[in-house]
Amino acid sequence: MTTEHQEQRESLWILTAAPAIWLSHFLLSYITGAIWCAKFAGSDGSLGAVRVAMAVYTSVALGGLALIGWRGRRRTSASPRGEAGASDRFLGHASLLLSGLAAVAILYASLVAVFIRSCR
Amino acid sequence: MGNNVNRGWAAIGALVAGTSALVGCSGPQSTLDPAGRGAARIAELFWGMTAGAVAIWAAMIGLALYTVARRRTEPSPRAPALLIVGGGVVLPIVVLTGLLAWGLAALPPLLAASDSDRTIVVTGEQFWWRVRYLVPGGEAVELANELRLPVGEAVELQLESRDVIHSFWVPALGGKVDMIPGRRTRLTLEPTRTGVFRGVCAEYCGTSHARMAFAVVVSDEQEFARWLAQQAEPARPATEPLAVRGQELFVRSGCGACHTVRGTVADGVIAPNLTHVGGRLSVGAGLLASEPDGFQHWIAAPERLKPGSAMPSFAMLPADDLQALAAYLEGLE
Repeated sequence: MTTEHQEQRESLWILTAAPAIWLSHFLLSYITGAIWCAKFAGSDGSLGAVRVAMAVYTSVALGGLALIGWRGRRRTSASPRGEAGASDRFLGHASLLLSGLAAVAILYASLVAVFIRSCR
Repeated sequence: MGNNVNRGWAAIGALVAGTSALVGCSGPQSTLDPAGRGAARIAELFWGMTAGAVAIWAAMIGLALYTVARRRTEPSPRAPALLIVGGGVVLPIVVLTGLLAWGLAALPPLLAASDSDRTIVVTGEQFWWRVRYLVPGGEAVELANELRLPVGEAVELQLESRDVIHSFWVPALGGKVDMIPGRRTRLTLEPTRTGVFRGVCAEYCGTSHARMAFAVVVSDEQEFARWLAQQAEPARPATEPLAVRGQELFVRSGCGACHTVRGTVADGVIAPNLTHVGGRLSVGAGLLASEPDGFQHWIAAPERLKPGSAMPSFAMLPADDLQALAAYLEGLE
């Protein structure tokens, strides 16, 4: 396998990374909240621990997205101009945009934990 | 001349359209004519979002007009990119973040636990509403298709379903909450003025989904306490000859297998409790007036009035029997 092909395969995987982080954050947040309210705090209990957990999930997720976005941006700017680097530039650009979209979605999901403080 | 006539018609048209739109904003089933704390917050969000939408619309139209009217000059190469990033990415993110935060900030006060020790359990069933007032240390008071609340008191409703997913919604008082089989959801309503409001099922639940409405009567505390005490009493035995015959027929026809009338042998639990049915505002969950005619129509043709309902038709009874049954039920106040 040539180096060029290896790079392309890596880029394709990077394309799925941002939506995967978004999905993981969403599932982890909901599962943590559901288990906490059903098994520990009770239906009137405080969401305290879940809010801390969500802050951690959000920080880790945003850190991961920043890394993917940065790699995407680097790939876009480092690829040669013209047809030779077109697919690479496209993949880099797409990873960068997907990272941005996932970051906004994750921040919106986290906003719920900022305002809602109980399991009610 | 022709222009003036056209303008006249246009003005009349605008007036009629405007009036119709405003009429839709009031009435017993309008969130925009709020009678409860939850509904007031929702109305506030609605008007805020409407104002925002109008502002964005005006800005877009203004931009379009400007584009058409301006002199054609070569745009700077950065202009399109700025417009796309600014108008297509930054602006929606800012606006949606603001709206989300505004909407989420409205939730905690509405979800807060109520100070009242009064709890009402409402169960959605195809196609009616079972309402139970849990009295601390006493027996629950059960009725159907009508809810009464004291003004100024936040009361918690516990919502359940016996069959499929329903959704409990009194637009004038608050938001809607789903009733899910096997789960108990909650909603706190705090009426801010007295009156009679209309509640509906807001989740398609079967053929007669649109025919399961209920009335919500909000009264002052004294009137509410008097009403609840009266509802807790057993039914008064019929005294009028026609109603007495109706009572006998009620037992003989087997109505008691499904319906309860406290104080009599009728103790069925699968259908609406009829102990004080004559004092309710409607028959058949908002379908007919609570008058002898209404009861008669309902008993004779429930499948026509409410397709899919579990109530069997008693059209085989002679007209005078139906009249007697209606007189008995109407007298159960």
